[in-house]
Amino acid sequence: MYRWIPFWPDTAAVNAVAVNNLYVAELGLSALIMATVFGMMLVFCIRYRQGSAVSRADRVQKTWHFEIGWTTATLGAFLILFVWGAAIYVWLFQVPPSDEEVYVVAKQWMWKTEHPGGQREIDALHVPVDKTIRVVMASEDVIHSFFVPAFRIKHDVVPGTLETIWFKPTKTGTFKLECTQFCGLQHATMQGDVVVMSGPDYARWLTQQGVHESLAEQGEAVFRAHGCSGCHDANSTVHAPPLAGLYGTYVHLQDGSVRLADEAYIRDCILTPRSFTVAGYPPVMPDFSGQLGEDDLMKLVAYIKSLGRQESGR
Amino acid sequence: MPASATVRPEIQFATLEQQGDTAQLGMWAFLVNETLFFGALIFTYFIYRISYPHEFAVAAKDAVLWCGSVNLAILVTSSLTMVLAINAAAQGEPRAMKLWLLATLALGCIFLLIKGYEYYQDFQDKVVPVVNYEAKPGEGSAGELFWVFYWVATGLHAIHLTVGIGLVLYMLLWRIRRGEITPAYYAPLEVVGIYWSFVDTVWLFLYPCIYLVGRS
Amino acid sequence: MSTTTLERVPAAEPGAETEPSYLTAEHTVASWLFTRDHKRIALLFFASITFFFFVGGFAATLMRLNLATPGGLLQPAVYNRMFTMHGIIMVWFFLIPSIPTTFGNFFIPLMIGARDLAFPRVNLGSWYVFNLSGLVVLYSLIMGGADTGWTFYTPLSTVYANGYVFAAAMAVFINGFSSIMTSLNFIVTIHRMRAPGMTWMRLPLFVWAIYAVSVVMLTATPVLAMDTFLLAVERFVGVGLFDPNHGGDPLLWQHMFWFYSHPAVYIMILPAMGVVSEIIPCYARRPIFGYSGMTMALMAIAILSFFVWAHHMFVAGISVYAGVVFSLMTFFVAVPSAIKVFNWTVSLHKGRISFDAPMLYALSFVLLFTLGGVTGLMLATLGIDVDVHGTYFVVAHFHYIMVGATVSAFFGALHYWWPKLTGRLYPEIWARFAAILTYVGFNLTFFPQFILGYLGMPRRAYTYPAEWQPWNLLSSAGASILAVAYLLPLFYLGWSLFWGRKASANPWRATGLEWATSSPPPQHNFERTPVVTLAPYCYDPQRDTYVTQEGVPHAG
Repeated sequence: MYRWIPFWPDTAAVNAVAVNNLYVAELGLSALIMATVFGMMLVFCIRYRQGSAVSRADRVQKTWHFEIGWTTATLGAFLILFVWGAAIYVWLFQVPPSDEEVYVVAKQWMWKTEHPGGQREIDALHVPVDKTIRVVMASEDVIHSFFVPAFRIKHDVVPGTLETIWFKPTKTGTFKLECTQFCGLQHATMQGDVVVMSGPDYARWLTQQGVHESLAEQGEAVFRAHGCSGCHDANSTVHAPPLAGLYGTYVHLQDGSVRLADEAYIRDCILTPRSFTVAGYPPVMPDFSGQLGEDDLMKLVAYIKSLGRQESGR
Repeated sequence: MPASATVRPEIQFATLEQQGDTAQLGMWAFLVNETLFFGALIFTYFIYRISYPHEFAVAAKDAVLWCGSVNLAILVTSSLTMVLAINAAAQGEPRAMKLWLLATLALGCIFLLIKGYEYYQDFQDKVVPVVNYEAKPGEGSAGELFWVFYWVATGLHAIHLTVGIGLVLYMLLWRIRRGEITPAYYAPLEVVGIYWSFVDTVWLFLYPCIYLVGRS
Repeated sequence: MSTTTLERVPAAEPGAETEPSYLTAEHTVASWLFTRDHKRIALLFFASITFFFFVGGFAATLMRLNLATPGGLLQPAVYNRMFTMHGIIMVWFFLIPSIPTTFGNFFIPLMIGARDLAFPRVNLGSWYVFNLSGLVVLYSLIMGGADTGWTFYTPLSTVYANGYVFAAAMAVFINGFSSIMTSLNFIVTIHRMRAPGMTWMRLPLFVWAIYAVSVVMLTATPVLAMDTFLLAVERFVGVGLFDPNHGGDPLLWQHMFWFYSHPAVYIMILPAMGVVSEIIPCYARRPIFGYSGMTMALMAIAILSFFVWAHHMFVAGISVYAGVVFSLMTFFVAVPSAIKVFNWTVSLHKGRISFDAPMLYALSFVLLFTLGGVTGLMLATLGIDVDVHGTYFVVAHFHYIMVGATVSAFFGALHYWWPKLTGRLYPEIWARFAAILTYVGFNLTFFPQFILGYLGMPRRAYTYPAEWQPWNLLSSAGASILAVAYLLPLFYLGWSLFWGRKASANPWRATGLEWATSSPPPQHNFERTPVVTLAPYCYDPQRDTYVTQEGVPHAG
């Protein structure tokens, strides 16, 4: 709809449409403000220049009326913009039920993406069109930022935690993926392609990747290799919280707080279990900080999610 | 004793009273700045303490409680002696003023001595991050953050106290010796007093952060 | 109130040379390096910040040369260090000190009718501390520079960066003390040393602006000092304050950094606003519109600036609710700025406007500040910020404010007060040409960057996809024009020092107290204590007369 505006970037997701409308409205308001200020300045500078004979009598003495007037008007306009922008933001960052999930691990200086079926890509992400895609992101080193201009979606990828965003592409094509948080030497070239395909094409692409193990299956291997099943298996003698059906529920912790068992929670429990001891369980889980890379953590998360889930409320 | 007539206001001031008031306002403004400086540090401490209460309690067990507490008493007393010195200056009792200032000086130095001994003890207890830090069981990696805070906070505080001691010495050996502190004009002493009280107050805040973690 | 009367000396005509000027009173190098005269200290600062302006400008030149083509000119590592050092030097070694330490130092005592600042030795000390921090930052630069961006985000800066982060952070730490010393001096001076009759609501707006900026500096800078100190500790010692691998939180660094650095951007703009509020009434020959509204707006901006910092972190991982709160606060802080823009514009109404160079710079300020401001509104709008954060849109926005607005105001101040500083008039034609060239060059440099940002070009990038070259090339071309515009004043102002016409005490027929003494002023500012009876800016455009703040009327 806005293609007639010069230099307008591609619009390829439902998110982008909402942002477009807001942006055009703000452009309009900005143009109005600039025109008012510049126009008044021009008119006054010409009319009241040094040499002109126009009367300077009866200058406005009571300035309060004007000041309150334009203060109220600007505040009113600003509040409208605020509400509109906040509504989009809240919608953008509350992840709805999704059709597809992908996992992204950012590291200096590449994007590693993984699909639940085990398909892996570097600096590329294939997704189906018209589906809500949930993206779970981790960083292996410094802060990066996942940005797809055509989707108008961006979020920093922060080491030490998992960030989740979503988007829903509306047309097929290849769209730039950028890193927009300075992350070191090759930050400028840390780019990728988001390839949006039709449903059948995407399904075909998935099968063509030559993958034998899904992400959850790989996660199970890591789970056993690091001895997690020793405590968390159903047959274990150790009193450890069961993991089946955990994902998506609310967990009561030892310190009285309640946390939603999302991806970030699962990751936190693995790395710093002492801070997230579940109520009623002994604080004996060893911590794995420094022993598992973000890739392995993603696989574990995928595995635990596969053990039965409540649909995430986030 | 030289008369106060020899003390003139600086060229930018009309009267000594203006000069004194201005100096005091300057010190208060400086303390606003210092409050935010230490405040930012204490804020960081609390962020981590709230995130890792257990680890902090375990790590803080090695804090030498008697050193911190005695030092607290010393500093609070030194603030009292400082106020008494200023009072003596206002009353025109130079001998009492000098004695109370010497007491303040002595108390400040004793604080530093006890602090030095405490640092030596900390070395023995292996709580110096990076140099010889040994985490106790149950501390995790967050416990070391407590000790980073400890060394930064007490180090900065000790530097500020040393500056305060220097200011008291300056008062004693320079301004008072030359008869520049009189009942008519003792603002420089008041300014040093305000600073000294601030250094004392900082310790009042650091004390529970360092020595009373997990001891309630 | 503690305004007092200094000893009265028989009244003398302003401009009559009974005392040598501050420039010629003493001649030795020591008399400059150990001076307590706020006017000389202002010139000392002027030398330092001008030096750093050119160092930072040199870095910018290399950056824009590199970005003219995607293939570039510099190695990535060099480019990354260039943009980091450009940011650090321009922010802390030019913009923050620029107007306060030069024009603030020189004119605050003059404008309030005092003989000097409250603490002259602290003032000189501030200059030495500034230079010490300058040496450290030059060391960092010469050794290769830091490569983290001026924001030092962790864990990149503490764990992964290869550059001279420690030195750069320590330079900023030391620099903070210079800010603190200067701001403390201004606050105390303005409170305690105003001349008889100079009530708060008779203070010129420049004094109010310096007061507001000093309050912000005094309260925000210590937080930065602690931040950089902890960063240096972390970098040097390797503990886990901000490192997630040791239980630290990278977002904690961001919160602490921006808690200072957002007020810092207001530190950079408030003095410039004060300058513009001095220039417009003088060249429009009428009082400023809404004086008390303007003072309240200055204080409101200063206070509100502390409540908006996380608008730099909308996509950093803060909670959605926090984002909403900070967006609302950011819109609130925009309101007083908008009031000021409207007031300046309407201050032209029924005036008698002339277009000397200072006025051209001031009008340029208003337009560039407004454009920067409306793009700031876009950044405050959450939905849009998600899209343009971290892109050239942000780069363009802050350059419009910090360079388009603040640097224009700096040059406006320089021309406006040049006669008072030096006793000479600058050549008007050249100055107007430079002002217009600045405006044109600036827009050519930075407007294309809005477009680049919206198209998706990330900031801090040494290269880019080829389709964005035309905009980058245009921006670099504009930068070359801007460079000429900034260099020109060096020449004609330098020329005027030797061959410019001698200036009278009040060549612009202005009402402030600084014009009630000779050009240049004598060492102790005033022959006799001024007694103030009027508000500032008592210009009457109808009769084309004016009355000074001491109540002395002048025709034409």
